[in-house]
Amino acid sequence: MTTAVTEAPAAVTLSGVSKVYGRGGTAVRALDQVSLAAAPGEFTCLIGASGCGKSTLLSLVAGLDQPTSGEIKVGGRVALMFQEPALFPWLSAAANIELALRARGVGRAERKSRAAELLDVVHLSGFGGKRPHELSGGMRQRVALARALAQEADVLLMDEPFGALDAMTRDLLHDELDRVCAGRNLTVLFVTHNVREAVRLGDRVVLLSSRPGRVIAEYPVPIQRPRRIDATAVAELAGTITDRLREEVSRHGK
Amino acid sequence: MASSTLAGLDALDTQEAAPRDRRRLAASAWAGLWPKLAAVALVLLAWELVHLTGWKKFVLPGPGVTLSNLWQQAQASLLWHAIATTLERAVIGFALAVLIGALVGATVSRIRPLRAAVGSLITGLQTMPSIAWFPFAIILFGINTTAILFVIVLGAAPSIANGLITGVDYTPPLLLKAGTLMGLRRLSLYRHLIMPASLPAFVAGLKQGWAFAWRSLMAGELLVIIANQPSLGVLLSTDQDQADMASVVAIMIVILVIGLCVDNVFGMADRAIRRRWGLMAGSDAA
Repeated sequence: MTTAVTEAPAAVTLSGVSKVYGRGGTAVRALDQVSLAAAPGEFTCLIGASGCGKSTLLSLVAGLDQPTSGEIKVGGRVALMFQEPALFPWLSAAANIELALRARGVGRAERKSRAAELLDVVHLSGFGGKRPHELSGGMRQRVALARALAQEADVLLMDEPFGALDAMTRDLLHDELDRVCAGRNLTVLFVTHNVREAVRLGDRVVLLSSRPGRVIAEYPVPIQRPRRIDATAVAELAGTITDRLREEVSRHGK
Repeated sequence: MASSTLAGLDALDTQEAAPRDRRRLAASAWAGLWPKLAAVALVLLAWELVHLTGWKKFVLPGPGVTLSNLWQQAQASLLWHAIATTLERAVIGFALAVLIGALVGATVSRIRPLRAAVGSLITGLQTMPSIAWFPFAIILFGINTTAILFVIVLGAAPSIANGLITGVDYTPPLLLKAGTLMGLRRLSLYRHLIMPASLPAFVAGLKQGWAFAWRSLMAGELLVIIANQPSLGVLLSTDQDQADMASVVAIMIVILVIGLCVDNVFGMADRAIRRRWGLMAGSDAA
């Protein structure tokens, strides 16, 4: 991270955030004293094995849930993308985007043209009239991305958004996401369990431990963009992170 | 170029379904129709066979006599007059039931304590045979149309309310999350998310409600006989008094056909919604 970025107020700050589900003997500590800061425009990938509380963390940042202790500060509007596109099946692709615009109070005339622009951003012009079920999984996720952009969010939270896609589609969507984020100054928190994906996309990869989730390591990704998921530099860093992740996971087998 | 690869993938993923020509449409309509026609033919055949055995032959007419009786009744205005009266009651009663059922369903699904109190009451009402309400209704309103409408509403409204409540309950939590994060709140959340999401369950409730309404109406027309107002129930009861079995069965056929037709309309609405949402399997999806 350059000094210029650190001086700017962080877009997302978590300080000592813990989340406990239930109480008494059956209480489960999902997150333990997680501190994390993401600068505006920074792309942070969160990675960890099962039970590291990745999704809990995103829910907390999105304000869908409250932390048990600690503090979360978010500068600006938040949009969340899930592994499922979560599009409304009764609306066409364009109408899904228009509804997000409407919820923000955008006028009727402007909604149509904004939705068309956003569909163009995700290379789906001409598919606006299709219903979600008529589109492929990758296309649905792009509509979901366009809908997230329609919310004019400053912070985009992504919960394994490409986890259910085939490898080829996923690689292409990585390029798309790079292109969309460039020049928008979007702060992204991207949760995945795919280490290569994290290195391919992130400015920084944060490794979380499991049960409870704790930050155990952070890796800046100094690889020049555009990147390819099969580039040697990506594979090398991913290898290092994977080793550390395995070490963490094997701790639970003892 | 990455974007052209993407475009290629999109084109491969969204193969346009071949437009259905008229002949294929006719073929699929026929495929849906012939089993029903075969079922009718089978019933008529069985009926004719029973008739030929001579079982109860003085009271039970064969299909030939009955159908020609129906044909004759269809020439006269009395049957049509009766159908009009009955359908008018059905439409008014069902409309009232939809209005009340939807209102109660929407209110109950929104307010939690009311939900606990009224929810089981609605299900309880649903199990009550509507014919048991008639003594109550007749004492309360007298022998008139209001009594019939009252029982139709009591019979149909619980199903409709329950359909709506189920729909609201089963709104996918993921969509609720997406909608809330999008900034949909309270009324707009209801209008743009919860109401459309509960539409399929609501239509299922309407369909069930119609079945209850139609049964209640027939029971009502047999019990609440209003002078100078011929209805299907009145015809049925007059024919019973005259031991005119051919006419009784003819009217029963009319009642069955009307019930089936309306049920079909709800079935079509249900299929249209599922097609729109992409919930149809395989070849039906096109």
